[in-house]
Amino acid sequence: MGELNTAMIERYRNSFLKEVEANVEEGEWVKMCMQCGVCSGSCPLGKFWEHPPQEIFMMIRAGKREAVLQSESVWMCTSCYNCIVRCPRELPITHIMHGLAHYAKRLGLVPKTNPTAKFAQMFWDNLMVKGRVNELKLGLALYFMNGFGDGIKVALKNQKLGMAMMKTGRMNPKEAFGGHAVKDLAGFHKVLKKAQELEDARIAQNGPSAGA
Amino acid sequence: MAAEKKLAGYICTGCGIGERLDAKQLQAVATREGKLPSVKQHAMLCGAEGVKLIQDDIDAGNATHIMIAACSRRSKVEAFSFPTVAMSRANLREGVIWSRPAGDEHQETTQEMADDYIRMAAAEIKFMTVPESSGEQELNKTLLVVGGGMTGMTAAVEAAKAGYPVHLVCDEPVLGGVWKDLYKRVPFRAAAFDVPNGNDVDLPQPEDPGLDDLIERVMANGRITVHLNAKITKTSGAPGRFSADLSMESGRTLTENFGAIVQATDYKPYDANQLPEFAYGTTPDVLTNFEFERLAKQANGAVIKRPSDGREVKAVAFIQCAGQRSSKAGHLPYCSGFCCTESIKQAMYFKAQNPGCDATILFDDLRTPGAAGEDFYRSGQQAMVTFTKGQASAVVADGGNLRVKFKDLILNEDTEMVCDLVVLATGQVPNTGPDPYAQLAVDEAPTEEEKAAARAALAVAPPSILNLDYRQGTDLPHLKHGFVDSHFICFPYETRRTGIYAAGPVRRPMDLKQAMDDAVGATMKAIQSLENAARGSAAHPRVGDLSYPRFRKEGCTQCKRCTVECPFGAINEDEQRYPQFNESRCRRCGTCMGACPVRVISFDNYSVDTVGQQLKAVDVPDEFSEKPRILCLACENDAYPALDMAAQSGEHITPFVRVIPVRCLGSVSLSWVTDALNSGYDGIVLMGCRRDDDYQCHFVRGSAMAAERLSKVGDTLTQLNLETERVAVHEVAITDLKRAPAILNEMAETITRIGMSPFKF
Repeated sequence: MGELNTAMIERYRNSFLKEVEANVEEGEWVKMCMQCGVCSGSCPLGKFWEHPPQEIFMMIRAGKREAVLQSESVWMCTSCYNCIVRCPRELPITHIMHGLAHYAKRLGLVPKTNPTAKFAQMFWDNLMVKGRVNELKLGLALYFMNGFGDGIKVALKNQKLGMAMMKTGRMNPKEAFGGHAVKDLAGFHKVLKKAQELEDARIAQNGPSAGA
Repeated sequence: MAAEKKLAGYICTGCGIGERLDAKQLQAVATREGKLPSVKQHAMLCGAEGVKLIQDDIDAGNATHIMIAACSRRSKVEAFSFPTVAMSRANLREGVIWSRPAGDEHQETTQEMADDYIRMAAAEIKFMTVPESSGEQELNKTLLVVGGGMTGMTAAVEAAKAGYPVHLVCDEPVLGGVWKDLYKRVPFRAAAFDVPNGNDVDLPQPEDPGLDDLIERVMANGRITVHLNAKITKTSGAPGRFSADLSMESGRTLTENFGAIVQATDYKPYDANQLPEFAYGTTPDVLTNFEFERLAKQANGAVIKRPSDGREVKAVAFIQCAGQRSSKAGHLPYCSGFCCTESIKQAMYFKAQNPGCDATILFDDLRTPGAAGEDFYRSGQQAMVTFTKGQASAVVADGGNLRVKFKDLILNEDTEMVCDLVVLATGQVPNTGPDPYAQLAVDEAPTEEEKAAARAALAVAPPSILNLDYRQGTDLPHLKHGFVDSHFICFPYETRRTGIYAAGPVRRPMDLKQAMDDAVGATMKAIQSLENAARGSAAHPRVGDLSYPRFRKEGCTQCKRCTVECPFGAINEDEQRYPQFNESRCRRCGTCMGACPVRVISFDNYSVDTVGQQLKAVDVPDEFSEKPRILCLACENDAYPALDMAAQSGEHITPFVRVIPVRCLGSVSLSWVTDALNSGYDGIVLMGCRRDDDYQCHFVRGSAMAAERLSKVGDTLTQLNLETERVAVHEVAITDLKRAPAILNEMAETITRIGMSPFKF
């Protein structure tokens, strides 16, 4: 984590905006924000954000690198797309928020306790095993995310729902043992490997050792 | 003018008039009471047949003065156009049947209303004559354009293109004025629309200012005579016959005659010495936008270096609204409207040379007017100019650097930035002459003390530009902040001196594109004005009116009220101190007529009599009839149309009101008010336009003058032992469709409450 972060700091010493442009998905749009605040006003979760999108954009321009990348706010986006629809400058705000979150993750700057980041990782790890999401395992992992005792409590609370789902065949307890996979699991892993290679190459192009 | 008056009346029974009213009764009133020897009816007077009926009478010499009782005088003006005869109109459609509910219970009062309008129109026509021009007019097609900047040059080129010769007067040795330091200009064009691959394709970029090209076109044009280093030492006359003395560089004076004048003297850059908080004057690295433009022009595309040490600029801050939009002493209270796009353009100079240079614009509200405006903003953003919503409070020179302290308005924190150069986006100060009324204040101050105070105010006034030889001062009157007064919404180029048109930043702050567009507009108005003057007809808003104020010299007491109160400075004084009406300077508002205490001023088709006889012609029932009479004098520009439109949209008014349109509330003679009270009217409502700084009066000061004069009416009422509520003055806008009728109905209720006037005969 630290290494890449230090390298990026060194490379974009003066302009966090340029760093965002080069490394964050859709980051080249940030400069086009005109600070009208429609995004912040449109966000259904806006009041729970420490820094609503408008502020995030201003902070990027003001070079507040740590505050943005360590912010919980970029993880608050639920992809409702209200801001994208309303932005008079047509900025893909949702994508930028996810791009910032993704970049923060790469740099290892995500706050340790952020639940969204945790869940995202859990979802990814679960999916990677068989190429399909194992809902039973994912559900259980979620229940026990905050410790064993908490997990039991949540499980008991949802007991009735679980039984009903089993009765109607919506949940199969056998999934706890291995679970079913996509038809061509080896092929799936090959695809992912190739994608990772492409992504690494792209990052290397913009990365600390590249260009400049 | 016909030697013998032949009166004729025509009553239209179309549009429901015949069904709602008793036409026989109307005919009888017109004949017996109106004393019209010939009265004809027609079911559709405005149709070809009806018009022919009237025209035939006129052609046969049987009608020289006609009364048409049909729709409002504002309707069917093309059909009822008989320029060779005098004409009055009784408004039976909008004024009566459309303003009143149908039904038997209303019939009596509605019919009385119509009868009265016939009596009034019949009385009015007897006191009208066909207006004809005085015959003193001449056509002078030459225009005088004052100011050699981009605005003035554009005006000259446009006039020349339209075939009118121009004299262009510039007080500097070269043309270009304040715009001549432009390195590039803010683009004039918008981005292409509906481009398939997004909005930000082909965004407008800073462009060549086009100054050299314009100068070349001016110099090469055979219709344009350029006078450099020249000043105007005297301007006299009126539209069509202005005479100006031009003091030339050689010391010789050239006197030329002009049809109309365009003043395009642009602006003066704001004096940034009033901004010590931004370290202006302490370090040469803090510049105004005007000074920076010169620096960029000198660099001419090469690296821009700091004035202090010649170091290349790597970081620059633009402080918007410097000394503007602020109530502090010495600051401009207004937004100059050009500085946001100007700063974007200047920031792009840096980005064009070195994309790595940090260029930050500190703005509060970014305002980017014009076709390119928003696209140009995006253009700057694409070039990576940083836009920070923040309010700068101070600039501190710190070693070789400048620290700009500001409050970030989005993040709500006090912060600062370090840079090499600071550009202050300062504003425009209009380059106008002194306010003529500041000068009059000196001449007319009653005490020595007041004279001294007025003189002190005048001492800081700028030197005169036009040197008008007018009774009311040397230059165009101001509205506020030194900008020339013009009707902002409807008639932006018309100033308060007829035939002299303001173009560009003398009128309001604006950028180059707007100033050049303005020049085109003002030039068109100037051409219109000189052509109108040649016909002896009025300029706006009474375009085409041939009447002009005549005055009975024997009756004049030389009180000078007319010469002082004319909103357009049209009236001079001759050697014997009698008023000297310059008819083509006159806008025909009648403010002089309303001012004259001895009633010696009148127009051929509008006078103290034409209105006075109307209000006397109304049948006033006795005190016990429960039928009060309310007189409404309504401004023909806004209030009267509002009442017409209210009627069209089905608003009802009290049947006791009788509405008489007036040219402007300023033309209202106080004798009409006293006459009405003496004739037994129970209430009087005067409707004029808004009269404060954001006035809507078509004659600028008419409505305000009327309000001032009428403020003393309360005393008259008290003397007559009448309630002061009986006379009310209201500001009515053309959009007041509900309010205008409501005002009249309220007066009717007031009368019910306070009782009938005791002055009935």
